Amino acid sequence: MRTPLGKARGLGPARNGTAHWWAQRMTSVALVPLVVWFIVSIAALTGADHATIVAWIANPFTAVLLALMVIAGFYHLKLGGQVIIEDYVHHEGLKIAGLMALNFACAAVGLASIFAILKISFGS
Amino acid sequence: MVANNRPLSPHLQVYRWGLHMALSILHRVTGSALGLGTLVLAWWLMAIAAGPAYYGQFQDFILHPFGRLVLFGLSYALIFHLLNGIRHLYWDMGLGLEVKSVQRSGQGVVALSLVLTIAVWVGGYYAAGRLS
Ligand code: HEM
Repeated sequence: MRTPLGKARGLGPARNGTAHWWAQRMTSVALVPLVVWFIVSIAALTGADHATIVAWIANPFTAVLLALMVIAGFYHLKLGGQVIIEDYVHHEGLKIAGLMALNFACAAVGLASIFAILKISFGS
Repeated sequence: MVANNRPLSPHLQVYRWGLHMALSILHRVTGSALGLGTLVLAWWLMAIAAGPAYYGQFQDFILHPFGRLVLFGLSYALIFHLLNGIRHLYWDMGLGLEVKSVQRSGQGVVALSLVLTIAVWVGGYYAAGRLS
């Protein structure tokens, strides 16, 4: 005898039940205000020179919001990309390779972005 | 393979084509495009951090017609995915799921994403002093 929860646990292509779904919603909700702020800010900065953009990112409010957007964005991409790979790649080995590539890429490009934000903030 | 005995959702060809289907696919396409677009974001940030000379290279790319096209595409993808994502979250709360509502919110997302993308670009060129 297994409870319904016990049966659901470990199912889904990634064998992780509903945790993935929930994390995808959380990152989506977080991204709404962050992305709206980002679009408006970037549009206002069109044509700005290097010094102006450095000063904008060096502002702690900007730096923290940018870092939050990068973290939520790459986590969201990791989760969303996983669903896409699981939908289209049915060969078990290729699927694992694809998921690894996705995770490594998200970690690397996300870390580069965060590092750049910090370096701009703290000066060179 | 035990896993293959689980029920599967019906195959794609049983669904009728329509706006809802196109938008569902477009959500996935824009999400993927934005995934690639994160490379532009990271390049932008790294170039700023690396100094004015590197930032100049990034600007050369973005000011080139091809760079502008990439940026325009990404801006549309982001705005569409944002609006349609809000639509998804609304559905997740169990709201707006009647066929009529789905149709209407879909039309709204299409119209609003185009209007907002153009507004952002007009605003951008205005900020750059090209339209003042
Ligand atoms: C702007 C705020 C955003 C919101 C509100 C949002 C919302 C969502 C939602 C609700 C889903 C799930 C759709 C479903 O259940 O089928 C989703 C999927 C996805 N999102 Fe986003 N998203 C946003 C930004 C982004 C960004 C910046 C990226 C890329 C870095 C991205 C990439 C993806 C991908 C790859 C998927 C998977 C698509 C699929 O399964 O078909 N999203 N998004």
